[in-house]
Amino acid sequence: MQLPKSAQWQLALPLSLFYIAFFAAPLLLLIGVSFFNDEMLTQPGLGNWRRFVSDAFYWKVTFDTVKLGVYTVCATILVGYPLALVYMQAGPRTKRILLFIILMPVLLSVVVRTFAWIVILSEQGVINQTIMALGLTSTPIRLLQTELGLVISLTQIEMPLMLLPLISVMARIDPNLIDASTSLGASRWGTLFKVIVPLSFPGLIAGCILVFASSTTAFISHSIIGGNRLIYLPLMIWQQTSVLYNWPLAAVGAIVLLVSVSLCIALITLLGRRSMRHLYV
Amino acid sequence: MSDKTSLKHLPSYKSLADASYSACIYTVAGLALLILLGPVVIVLITSLTDGQTLRFPPTGLSLRWYQELFSARSTPIHRAAGNSLLVALVSALAAAVLGCMASLAIARSRRRGARVMDSLFMSPLILPGIAFGLAALVYFTMIGFRPSLALITIGHIVMVTPFVLRTTSASLAQLDGTLLECSASLGATRWYSFRRITLPIIFPGLVAGGFMAFMASIDNVPVSLFLSSPRSDMLPIRLWGMMESTLDVRIAAVSGIFIVSVLVLMLVMERLVGLSRRLND
Repeated sequence: MQLPKSAQWQLALPLSLFYIAFFAAPLLLLIGVSFFNDEMLTQPGLGNWRRFVSDAFYWKVTFDTVKLGVYTVCATILVGYPLALVYMQAGPRTKRILLFIILMPVLLSVVVRTFAWIVILSEQGVINQTIMALGLTSTPIRLLQTELGLVISLTQIEMPLMLLPLISVMARIDPNLIDASTSLGASRWGTLFKVIVPLSFPGLIAGCILVFASSTTAFISHSIIGGNRLIYLPLMIWQQTSVLYNWPLAAVGAIVLLVSVSLCIALITLLGRRSMRHLYV
Repeated sequence: MSDKTSLKHLPSYKSLADASYSACIYTVAGLALLILLGPVVIVLITSLTDGQTLRFPPTGLSLRWYQELFSARSTPIHRAAGNSLLVALVSALAAAVLGCMASLAIARSRRRGARVMDSLFMSPLILPGIAFGLAALVYFTMIGFRPSLALITIGHIVMVTPFVLRTTSASLAQLDGTLLECSASLGATRWYSFRRITLPIIFPGLVAGGFMAFMASIDNVPVSLFLSSPRSDMLPIRLWGMMESTLDVRIAAVSGIFIVSVLVLMLVMERLVGLSRRLND
């Protein structure tokens, strides 16, 4: 563009100031608050960090949160990838309908999506009625307040975040490459793993990052489907803040969540880059 | 294509493998569609029940829970919905203005500074919202503000601006720089060029981003969870409270309204700005 650079930079100023004042500053203050020993924020110290690190309960909560994210990522890939393949090879009309179906849950409130899973997973819910009618079990199995139930519901809630980047990358794959692979004698499985998967890797990584980030902070789903039996970091942070009024410990929890999510995302990116280099060379 | 090749040969290992490929992919893709759509359909049907419970399928159909929802007994829900709509409208407008300006400044710049700003602006999409929600509560309390709709709006603007930035930047990438050069060399002012050239080109992207920002604000939990109070109740938080205590069937009716509104809005946005195309760049 021919516009003077200075004029263009000024346009980013309002949002920059807004983000510094209301995004960066609060997060920095949060770090500060975590270094206080008491709820009234009068004695600086490492007390709450020590409490968090020395208690096996908090380690387990952190580990469970990351584990939940990993499970959800794996489930969304397993269930979502084939749908992305079907989308890639579908005609324009089918594509539009599929895209509509994928987009709708994104726009639908998380509360509504979570509520739907209560109706489905409860003891008189759709799943239990179905398997009891099929005679697979005589007593209803417990799905609410279990990790399995939570992963099932998060799979639906987060799947669009996996599918959207995936299908936009897959749409750019040259169909000739797939034809070439087939005519050179590769089976369709071979074409999938040697051509399509490597070429769709950037979308897959973007999807993994979005799903991981979103599922580890999905407070409503954690608290409604997981109940109080399963504690994840967001729930712990909220309890410490609004029930126990212990801001410093809540701040420690929030920073641990922030750091562990950021580390996992960095790891996903790194692994993704590594394997891409390996695949393309 | 591949079907023809497999027809020419006798059934072989490869055609068996290809058949297993189709069977696997289509089964799982069908499952994915079922998982995406099933809950929505189930909630919609459940909301029409004439019973007292969330049993599916319902014993009989009626609109009693919708009547209940619009009766005076549901005033707290109406107030929360009004607050949510107001905050979403203001947040989306502010995000559209701030996001549009910022993307004009950074989208076409190759400078390092622009890349850094871009990742700062996009980070609310990835960083755990719950950590930011707590940080905002701590920050606003310490500088002496009481929870209010204005503070919630500020928090929402931080969370939803990335949606505008993403779609607007994608539209800007399609803008031919020479158009602006022509306009400038013919004596147009920068503001005139923006109004007559840039804005018409990025407008659909801007509207799609604004729409996503609006929906994200309606759906926002992490910020509202920490900043809402009995005086500034937000819809998702109220619904969460209703789900936590008793399973009120009115939630199904609220969900039904949500589903229908989202469907209508999606169709309208698809007509107006080609929503699915904008989000799939």
